[in-house]
Amino acid sequence: MTYDKRFDGRKSFDELRPMEAKAGIIKSADGSGFFKIGKTEAIAAVYGPRTLHPRFLQDSSTGILRCHYNMMPFSGCGSRIRPGGNRRSKEISMVMKNALLPVLDLKAFPNSVVDVFVEYPQTDAGSRCAGITAASIALADAGITMTDLVCSVAVGRVDDKVAADLNYDEEAYEDGPVADIPIAMLPNKKTFTLLQMDGEIPKDMFMDALKMGLKVCDQIKELQVKALKDKYGEKK
Amino acid sequence: MNAELRDHLIKALDKGIRFDGRKPDEFRKVTVETDITRNAEGSARVKIGDTELICGVKMGMDKPYPDSPDKGNLMVNVELLPLSSPRFETGPPGLEAIEMARVIDRGIRESGAIDVKNLCVEAGEKVWGVALDICTLNDDGNLHDAGSLAAIAALKSTRYPAFDGTEVDYKTHTDEKLPLSAEPIEVTVYMIGSHLLVDPTAQEQECYDSRITVAFSEDGTIVAMQKGGMGELSIEDIEKMIDLALKKSVELRKLLG
Repeated sequence: MTYDKRFDGRKSFDELRPMEAKAGIIKSADGSGFFKIGKTEAIAAVYGPRTLHPRFLQDSSTGILRCHYNMMPFSGCGSRIRPGGNRRSKEISMVMKNALLPVLDLKAFPNSVVDVFVEYPQTDAGSRCAGITAASIALADAGITMTDLVCSVAVGRVDDKVAADLNYDEEAYEDGPVADIPIAMLPNKKTFTLLQMDGEIPKDMFMDALKMGLKVCDQIKELQVKALKDKYGEKK
Repeated sequence: MNAELRDHLIKALDKGIRFDGRKPDEFRKVTVETDITRNAEGSARVKIGDTELICGVKMGMDKPYPDSPDKGNLMVNVELLPLSSPRFETGPPGLEAIEMARVIDRGIRESGAIDVKNLCVEAGEKVWGVALDICTLNDDGNLHDAGSLAAIAALKSTRYPAFDGTEVDYKTHTDEKLPLSAEPIEVTVYMIGSHLLVDPTAQEQECYDSRITVAFSEDGTIVAMQKGGMGELSIEDIEKMIDLALKKSVELRKLLG
């Protein structure tokens, strides 16, 4: 048996789940963004550039970026997640930072920090990607100079099919091999700033998956731009 | 504390006004939405003005505590997320979060809202644990009252997950509601100088001398209380604050539906 029809009724293997994006949803923050894809919801808030404490962490040559990935205790598909972070959330925070940093230049803000906090009220796979997409909206909303947006989505394979935006049920597919490849892209330069993969996949299929990622990321970029335009309006 | 801001606020309160035009005993617009996240067994979002938070309820199989082998476990946790205010930092819960969680916990526990004996599956071995997590999204003051309202709204919307006697199946929510025998509502009254006010903004909350949080059950019985702040209160002050809190709790209760 092969994987012919997507579990959630999507018509094609490059179809993304329904998406929603918003800019500026948290008033206390300097910038904020919301991105929902399927049942995964990410809320990102940016604070800064602000003075970095403790002082020994400061870099006098540039501001630094910190990312904080955190699932709310009730957001997972299983039992309650203990708050306070774990090895997984630390690693994801790090790769999120690496995904976002290439579009920023914080040299104008020595000894400062830009904090990006990403929270999840509910998740159904693809959370780091939704978080990066939301964080990119939030950074733009905060007015921090960026050379590009960052769009992120997971691609991969389910059995013999290359697919975009796997949901939890697809990641857990049992009748054949699965690969999950979270990627982040700079839509204008067509370069990758996040690349992870787990599962099993032949090289040709892997390259097809990346190409599919490049193609679908434009839809995400359009939504990000729309979210920002909705808040700030078209520039006259 | 910002002394100039406090003086300014007191001068306005002397004339019976607040910076945002409200009366001292007036709440901002309060909204309550339930079932706002699907992986939780119950959930609610409460907004009071620009203050916004969500509460999620997770149920799970726990071992009972040795001193209450036939009672289920209730836990209230508050996450003052750094995403919601420049005041909050990452790391384990600080005093503010712990106090807020404990006072909300007391209101629920002491009112008997959850009959913990009902949560017993097998005495000494298996009981349901009910965990409430309150996560702040935006802080513009009065997180406490918002959190308490969200907690009770989320509990009201809670449904048991499927359970076959050994494992909880979180993918399947049953129609069986978590029965509630009381719906405690907490209101905090603040004293600034000689003035009482409710529902402070973040700015007003910086300036208070004392506060009292009172939890009421439906018939107006007081089920929990906490004084906060470094000021002192006379017995007359305390009575006025309780009366005001009761009046406001009746208004908030209408929003629970």
